[in-house]
Amino acid sequence: MSFFTFPNPPVSPEAEQLRGDVRAFLAEELKTMPPHRRAASWSGFDADFSRKMGQRGWIGMTWPKQYGGHERTSLERYVVLEEMLAAGAPVAAHWIADRQSGPLLLRFGTEEQRRSVLPRIAAGELFCCIGMSEPDSGSDLAAVRTRAEPVEGGFRVNGTKLWTTFGHRAHYMLLFCRTSGGPSDRHGGTSQLLVDLKTPGITIRPIVDLTGAKHFNEVVFEDVFVPSSALIGEMGNGWHQVTSELAYERSGPERFLSSFVLLAELVRVLREHPSEQATIAVGRLVSHFVVLRQLSRGVAWLLQNGRNPAQEAAVVKDLGALVEQEIPDIVRSLVEIEPGSERTAELARTLHYTVLAAPSFSLRGGTREILRGIIARGLGLR
Amino acid sequence: MADQESDETGALLNESAGRLFGSFDEKDIRAVEQGQWPDTAWAKVEEAGFPLALVSEAGGGFGIASAEAIALLRIAGYHAAPVPLAETMFANRLLSEAGFDVAEGPATVVVAESGAFALAKHGSDWRISGRAAGVPWARHAETIVLLVEHEGKSFVVRLKRGVASIAPAMSFANLPADDVAVDAEVAADDVRPAPASWTPQTLKAAFAALRVSEMAGALARVMEITVGYANERVQFGKPIGKQQAIQQQLAVLAGQAAACGGAADVASAAFDRLDVIAIAAAKVRAGEAASIAAPIAHQVHGAIGFTEEHRLHFFTRRLWGWRDECGSERYWSKVVGQAAIAAGAEGLWPFVVSVGAVQGA
Ligand SMILES: Cc1cc2nc3c(=O)[nH]c(=O)nc-3n(C[C@H](O)[C@H](O)[C@H](O)COP(=O)(O)OP(=O)(O)OC[C@H]3O[C@@H](n4cnc5c(N)ncnc54)[C@H](O)[C@@H]3O)c2cc1C
Repeated sequence: MSFFTFPNPPVSPEAEQLRGDVRAFLAEELKTMPPHRRAASWSGFDADFSRKMGQRGWIGMTWPKQYGGHERTSLERYVVLEEMLAAGAPVAAHWIADRQSGPLLLRFGTEEQRRSVLPRIAAGELFCCIGMSEPDSGSDLAAVRTRAEPVEGGFRVNGTKLWTTFGHRAHYMLLFCRTSGGPSDRHGGTSQLLVDLKTPGITIRPIVDLTGAKHFNEVVFEDVFVPSSALIGEMGNGWHQVTSELAYERSGPERFLSSFVLLAELVRVLREHPSEQATIAVGRLVSHFVVLRQLSRGVAWLLQNGRNPAQEAAVVKDLGALVEQEIPDIVRSLVEIEPGSERTAELARTLHYTVLAAPSFSLRGGTREILRGIIARGLGLR
Repeated sequence: MADQESDETGALLNESAGRLFGSFDEKDIRAVEQGQWPDTAWAKVEEAGFPLALVSEAGGGFGIASAEAIALLRIAGYHAAPVPLAETMFANRLLSEAGFDVAEGPATVVVAESGAFALAKHGSDWRISGRAAGVPWARHAETIVLLVEHEGKSFVVRLKRGVASIAPAMSFANLPADDVAVDAEVAADDVRPAPASWTPQTLKAAFAALRVSEMAGALARVMEITVGYANERVQFGKPIGKQQAIQQQLAVLAGQAAACGGAADVASAAFDRLDVIAIAAAKVRAGEAASIAAPIAHQVHGAIGFTEEHRLHFFTRRLWGWRDECGSERYWSKVVGQAAIAAGAEGLWPFVVSVGAVQGA
């Protein structure tokens, strides 16, 4: 009767208890951080903040204890994630490793990789970046050109990765590359390597984005020697692995909370005399969030049960990006932002940031069109 | 373990509901839309016991969770089942909560503005007066159930067939949605105090929760029919579903169907607690899903989907009707929005999380 499964996850009293601890922590940590900075949410990089989260056991929460994890449920982890994002906590440093690099290593990595890397990720001390996109390989990830030539004792890597978020502050890259064949081989001949970014031959150049921030980078590999121990999983199995990595990347709650801080600021300004139109608009958006949470918790529950929720995750991300992206214009339609007005000053700053950031919401982690293509495949159309 | 058992009961129940509702065909749906009472169909639904699904075991029900009972309506919506199941299930729930026996035969509930009906003491009996429009299936109901306020208290009133005068009218979906007017004496035994949780607002929300579930079923069906059609219809030498423009539209449709399904899960979990805000949010989202999805389905179907002969409209007309019934998006958005704005900037996220959360968990 239904193409996709969104289970109704059970109530988790442990998770709800945790929520209180997380809120108390955030209230203290974010005390002095103004909304327009919190609006950057998971683009905000703060290594100290990440270390504190690690100390509290909020990174690698679901991983086995032997790898520094905390063996908590995916619903408990979900609570920490959503509380962080809704508050606009600067989680970027550990975010990628916690969300996708760690789980990928747990699933496909060697024992040595798991033992050396995962505990440090969980401690909030080791940060990872995603090495997928390239100049000629964006949506078409299988067109990857970066090549890791097998040589004595390892690989020699040449090529360029692009848009690598916080590549300049990360310790490791999970590099998706070609170990045999050429771009016409598509999915075949690709592999993943765990690359220490201190390795000689790697040049990292920041790219300024249109908000003026430096978070993504160009990462150039010139005859970089990477030892065989860096191979993640199996040689030639890269496509299968990177697809699971993307499923981890796309299934999180951050896929609809990017503009939440702005919505909260809107409510602050509206509070005294909300018009009927504003009340209806806020009610509608809150209704969207209620249902997105329901679906997203369903995705977390699928992950908990070892299922691959790639389709469901694409649905949530597509729906979520639409809501994230319409919030700025809804704010504009409800509040007259006048230069110099004290009352709307912080709303204006938060709006300004969110307007500029919004185009990326339906690009990063797979564009809207690509996600809809994935959904269409799930519908049996392609 | 208990959970697993109830999962299995739920699955069995859903299976038999699917078989039963699937056995009604388009002839049955059309007959009802032309004003006939679906005699055989209803007899089968009664035989299956579904009208009692929302009633406790002690009251004669199966003893299943409300969410499972409401899931039956999703299946009914998926088949556009031409029977007053939501109405009768709901009427029986109210009757049994107020200490009445469950209704014999089909029943319905009047959702009206506070004050639309009035009660007055009349000796040891009562007099009831008032009117309401758009009461679903009223002309066929053996029992009409109302919630009426009197001197600051709510009462559940049971009207047997013939007490109210009924002027037939049709809903968007061509289902009976009649005007009900009453000015009559009713026996003391037909008026009972309502449990404190029932107010005009919770009544409307509870009925809305049932509609959301029906909408989720109908929208799942719209998606299935439309994807099926896109795979079959050939133009320019290939199925239209091979065109990326169509695929992208169908992906949007699928997203809305998923959201409507999520809304139904939120609403049915909130039913027992009469959590008005959670149901309101669900109804808002479901209505919007219908508004986005139905036009896509019609666009993909081309002219054939615009005909009476094609079954698509059984589902899209129901969606267009149900999104307005028991409170539109506009109505319930205002309810959610007032509470959200009152929660304030710092309270907004805790508010979102609290919606639909089980208290004390
Ligand atoms: C803020 C941000 C951070 C990022 N961080 C990282 C990172 O850390 N690591 C990393 O590897 N990448 C990162 N990316 C890159 C991101 O994954 C790519 O931008 C994305 O995959 C799209 O690739 P592209 O930009 O080359 O666009 P293209 O693939 O060239 O697409 C351009 C347009 O064409 C459309 N299009 C492409 N193919 C099709 C098709 N088959 N059918 C229909 N439409 C199509 C797209 O949907 C899009 O609208 C980041 C991007 C952003 C914006």
